[in-house]
Amino acid sequence: MSKITINDVTLRDGMHAISHQYSQEQIAELTKVLDESGVDIIEATHGDGLGGSSLQYGFSKESEETIIRTAVENSKHAKVGVLLIPGIGIIDDLKRAHDLGASVVRVATHCTEADVSMQHIQAGVKLGMDTVGFLMMSHRTTPENLVEEAKKMESYGAKTIYVVDSAGALTMDDARARVSMFKEKLSPETEIGFHAHNNLSLGIANSIVAIEEGATRIDASLAGMGAGAGNAALEQLIAVMNRLELDHNVDLYKVMDAADYLMKPMMKRPVQIDRLSLMLGYSGVYSSFLLFAERAGQEYGVDARDILMRIAEMGAIGGQEDWIIGVAQQLAAEAK
Amino acid sequence: MNKKMKCAIIGSGNIGTDLMIKLARSEYLEPTVMIGIDPNSEGLRMAKENGMQVSHEGMEGFKQLQEGVDIVFEATSAHAHAANAPILKEMGKFAIDLTPAAVGPFVVPAVNLTEELIHHEANVNMVTCGGQATVPIVHAVSEVVDVEYAEIVSSVSSKSAGPGTRQNIDEFTETTSKALEVVGRAKKGKTLIVINPAEPPILMRNTVYMQIAEHSEQIYEEIRRALDARVEVMKQYVPGYRYKAEPVLKENVVTVQIEVEGMGDFLPTYAGNLDIITAAAIRTAEQYAQVKGASK
Repeated sequence: MSKITINDVTLRDGMHAISHQYSQEQIAELTKVLDESGVDIIEATHGDGLGGSSLQYGFSKESEETIIRTAVENSKHAKVGVLLIPGIGIIDDLKRAHDLGASVVRVATHCTEADVSMQHIQAGVKLGMDTVGFLMMSHRTTPENLVEEAKKMESYGAKTIYVVDSAGALTMDDARARVSMFKEKLSPETEIGFHAHNNLSLGIANSIVAIEEGATRIDASLAGMGAGAGNAALEQLIAVMNRLELDHNVDLYKVMDAADYLMKPMMKRPVQIDRLSLMLGYSGVYSSFLLFAERAGQEYGVDARDILMRIAEMGAIGGQEDWIIGVAQQLAAEAK
Repeated sequence: MNKKMKCAIIGSGNIGTDLMIKLARSEYLEPTVMIGIDPNSEGLRMAKENGMQVSHEGMEGFKQLQEGVDIVFEATSAHAHAANAPILKEMGKFAIDLTPAAVGPFVVPAVNLTEELIHHEANVNMVTCGGQATVPIVHAVSEVVDVEYAEIVSSVSSKSAGPGTRQNIDEFTETTSKALEVVGRAKKGKTLIVINPAEPPILMRNTVYMQIAEHSEQIYEEIRRALDARVEVMKQYVPGYRYKAEPVLKENVVTVQIEVEGMGDFLPTYAGNLDIITAAAIRTAEQYAQVKGASK
């Protein structure tokens, strides 16, 4: 079995969990430790990718340039990656990231809207970057439809396509069906990736299932640092992969130590499965809505779980945090 | 009553066809020519049925049919309009550009559609659907207090976002951001767009966040009044334009949520994003017809 590429997202998805407030020193420290541990790719941007720093999603503490530059300067072996969501970031942002030394780009769209990524994937390929298609909220469509969207990204030039469980809502059979469909229908040269969220406590299990079905790139973060209940925790994933004799480049003790002594003390809110993050996976809502729903619930005196349930019924997708206030207002009015 | 002014539509897709239906209702305008590039297009078929002259040979086709046409609506692509604009100018047509080409100045009827503009410009640009929905809001607030930063989030239904929008999403955000600054008068503008596939399709929705230079209860009160008044102005040409949630004014941030229900002319009512830009284009053409008709 081929070696698994570990794509760390501590400094990107982890941004959501800290409301995009990592300092330059923290970014430098985390990058060094991750790089020394042997992860292959370190993704570092605002949680919503290039251009994400905004009133809608929260402003980053550090500028996009500082975030990327700091990751690049402190990484000796690992490649530095960026996320780009068309509609949020633009190609000019990608060119700047590339100039700063980023060499991997993951172009992300909602699972049924891959055709908005054409320009951006082509731009990544033209810049000579390792260009990846990233199909978010993969639970919202069938494996058959998902692979059709993946084929579009493949046709634009993406060399790796991800099944992304943004809501942490996929069960193990759901993950298996999607990854195996990719394996069957995409070109044999196309690499398959999997990005988990742990909202239903299946982050590691789903990542392993994905590997069993042919995925060779797996996302993880220190102590699971990420939106909602977090991603697949890097130290846990590596421990399980060791037991299953799955090949990778990461040192288990180093990531265990980094998770406990470096990452956990930085957390503002524990990244864990609790009533709200569990609700995300249960209702299938985009994981970064967690902190927004929690705040709106407090402000309008409504149960944040009801907000999430209503948001799920409305079919909100990634990036629609602005819907939360309207829903909270509505629920407050209905309760009167 | 004055004779109606003759209009041509270049582009027979969703926007062009919706324009045709709306033009047929106008007191001042009359659609007479529709130009496409696909002989099998639904828009051209409908235009022919309505007694319009049609061609599927693009700009070459229009050259044969341009006689008597005063106003040209360009509903193609930024690339096509950049090529067509000088030709239309040469012909002496008033061009209303619904692509993000932005050859001419941005026009948002609720903000800057004046007689003077009509007299001085031969080509005007309608920004984007998101711009038509949100620039008036930013402008209304900027009349009360300086807007340091305006950020808008447009959510449109997947079904209403045609291939043009999807392949040019960067142009959408860049053009809209620029209009927030130039027409809305925010010091800095930022645009986000989300294409949502929910079924049944969502109505077009826009969230406008503004950071204001100073705030007090009195300023909040004036902003609320200015917003209410602006929404009423918008309703005059986009009847389905309304608040989705109450405006939220907190410290230096004003948040306004707008929903746009379309008139259901060519696409169903969820496609408010289509309506708001075609309605703005027609409002502009009617102004031209009134100004020029009176001066003829």
